[in-house]
Amino acid sequence: METALNQTFKTKATKLLGVNKQDAKISKTYLFVSFVILLVGGFLGLAQGLNRAGLLELPSWLNYYQILTMHGVFMLLAFTTFFTFGYLYAGLSHELGGLLPKVRKIVWTAFASKIIGAVLVVIPILMNEASVMYTFYPPLKAHPMFYIGLVFFAVGMWLCNVGAFIQVANWRKNNKGKHVPIFSYFATGINVLMFFALIPVAVEVIYLIPWSFGWVKTVNVMVSRTLFWAFGHTLVNIWYLTATSAWYVIAPKLIGGRRWSDTLTRVVIIALVIMNITGGFHHQIIDPGISLPVKMMHVFMSLAIGFPSLMTAFALFAVFEKTARKQGGKGLIGWYKKMPWGDVRFLAVFIGMASFIPAGAGGIAQTTNQLDTVVHNTMWIVGHFHLTLGVTVALTFFGISYWLVPYISGRILTPQINKLGVIQTWIWTIGMIFMSGAMHTAGLFGSPRRTSYTTYGDHATALGWDPYMMCLAIGGTLLIVGIILQVYAVINMMFFAPKGETEFPIAEAEENASPTPYWTERWGIWIIVMLIVVAMAYVVPLTEFIVNGPPGSPGFKTW
Amino acid sequence: MKMHKDEKIWLALSFGLMMIFMLITGYQAIAEGMEPPSNTDIIDPQKVDQTAPFDKPGIKQIGDKEYEVVMTLQVFSFNPGNIEVPAGSTVHFILTSKDVVHGFEIAETNANAMVTPGYIQKVTQKFDKPGSYLVLCNEYCGAGHQAMSTTITVK
Repeated sequence: METALNQTFKTKATKLLGVNKQDAKISKTYLFVSFVILLVGGFLGLAQGLNRAGLLELPSWLNYYQILTMHGVFMLLAFTTFFTFGYLYAGLSHELGGLLPKVRKIVWTAFASKIIGAVLVVIPILMNEASVMYTFYPPLKAHPMFYIGLVFFAVGMWLCNVGAFIQVANWRKNNKGKHVPIFSYFATGINVLMFFALIPVAVEVIYLIPWSFGWVKTVNVMVSRTLFWAFGHTLVNIWYLTATSAWYVIAPKLIGGRRWSDTLTRVVIIALVIMNITGGFHHQIIDPGISLPVKMMHVFMSLAIGFPSLMTAFALFAVFEKTARKQGGKGLIGWYKKMPWGDVRFLAVFIGMASFIPAGAGGIAQTTNQLDTVVHNTMWIVGHFHLTLGVTVALTFFGISYWLVPYISGRILTPQINKLGVIQTWIWTIGMIFMSGAMHTAGLFGSPRRTSYTTYGDHATALGWDPYMMCLAIGGTLLIVGIILQVYAVINMMFFAPKGETEFPIAEAEENASPTPYWTERWGIWIIVMLIVVAMAYVVPLTEFIVNGPPGSPGFKTW
Repeated sequence: MKMHKDEKIWLALSFGLMMIFMLITGYQAIAEGMEPPSNTDIIDPQKVDQTAPFDKPGIKQIGDKEYEVVMTLQVFSFNPGNIEVPAGSTVHFILTSKDVVHGFEIAETNANAMVTPGYIQKVTQKFDKPGSYLVLCNEYCGAGHQAMSTTITVK
């Protein structure tokens, strides 16, 4: 009882004093690093886009494949990880009454581990000793430092997961029988998923280290690929789930509404956690060594992930419509006029969300056997994840930054920065329509991904892709303008905007809601179900690769 | 747990849509043979040159307008390259890699497969229209990846 009282007192104190200074410092540091990485990663992306269009010849000391490897690692792994934890820990601190001192320590240790890891990964790439892409498929063999850096980075992510678990567990101990507040519930789901998704890739990397040193001669290529994708696809879904948290929890508050059904929200989170890891296999639809029935099963398992997203689509548009109608919106679709389109915090998040409609549909298409065969490893795929990650996730993260950065910095969002944000959102959207649109189209005609500028000896087919590559370069140029504006806005809100109080906008549950059943809190059960699903998906193919696999492959440095 | 009626309808439709999608995918793959390349034969990736049939890569006519191509992929080439077949031919490609993971894509067709070392991949493609088809590697394989291509000329 006493601890509970203590907790309430702390919560009230935090509310009274605004953000906890020590916790704000954590989030501020994570977000600062995240946006610096975005800036560098953006320029790397621009260089690729211009090269692909034949407009820019890259120097031999920093070639296309080095830049591509760095762009992938920076954007998919680093920008997103640092942002996610800066965001999640700000929310955990706000909702659960400040971080525990030991959690703070863990999160700072995690920060150091990730920075060390990132440096160790980047050095060999710059030395041209690790041009192996974000996927580092063996038998391409990078410098051992690359893999060791990845281990440090993964440990940093794990520590952040553990910190969140301790924080939430402590709250549960002090609030027995209560539901974990919704933002922290999202944070729990995200951390559970990340914790388990990191295991396969960690196993892979630890298995590759002795090989990269030359202590072990050969490596099992298919096992490595499979372990990688169990992680690689889940990772992007973790960023998606992070974005989803802002749609369910934050967006309704920004438009003056309430959340969607608390129970259904939690069910969506549980479903995404349980079903996600098996989705990685659809990256191997046209791989050899995997029999058709196994591939069929995986197509079904991957498609199943679409279902919770369709639940999300309904929930969010329903919230928007309900809120708009309450505010006097009329007509079948006339209510949309009532939405705060001039508010960047809403606009960016809304476009991010809406873009998941084509992005998700494209994803469903390329998850199936036949359709994947048409587009596998073409520019279509690159277009797809620039729509999912580059718009859905990135724009949602940008939208979050316009209240989160002022919140943790004790400053406010000024009308000028809001306006700048609206402009940047539109530049970003148009840039991505050009770039992603061009990529999707060129991919359908066969243009391959991860390939520097080439006309394949002036082959007519390849020359036919050139106009699309020009669109891609135009899109890429707009995007770098967008990134510069975005980073400027973040730096301004962090250090220069007028001081003041900014709210952490968590929407309240819907009116007259029926109570949420307590089984949603049984994470032990959900984790077991998840592990069963993962076992169903992976035990058979992995055993097959190991028991009936070919002799291993020696490493190659082909760049 | 209470659910709005609209939502129930939406979710029922969503579920139905996914099921239909799965059924069509399954039907096409199994009944119509539109399965993705999934051969499971293995080979020692360090002894490709000594292992039949890859000791003699090349093209061989195996029937009326039917050809078999035994091909190795290595940085940064396809062997044999620049194949010629008459229009209307069905070509069975038998592929393996001598080094890293490569991709085998015939642009403007649906032929697309990963060729990983240690496995023998099989792809069949019918060429109806005459012309020059671009074959390219669509999996990053090293510094010369953008140069890894060949053609199939259909006469």
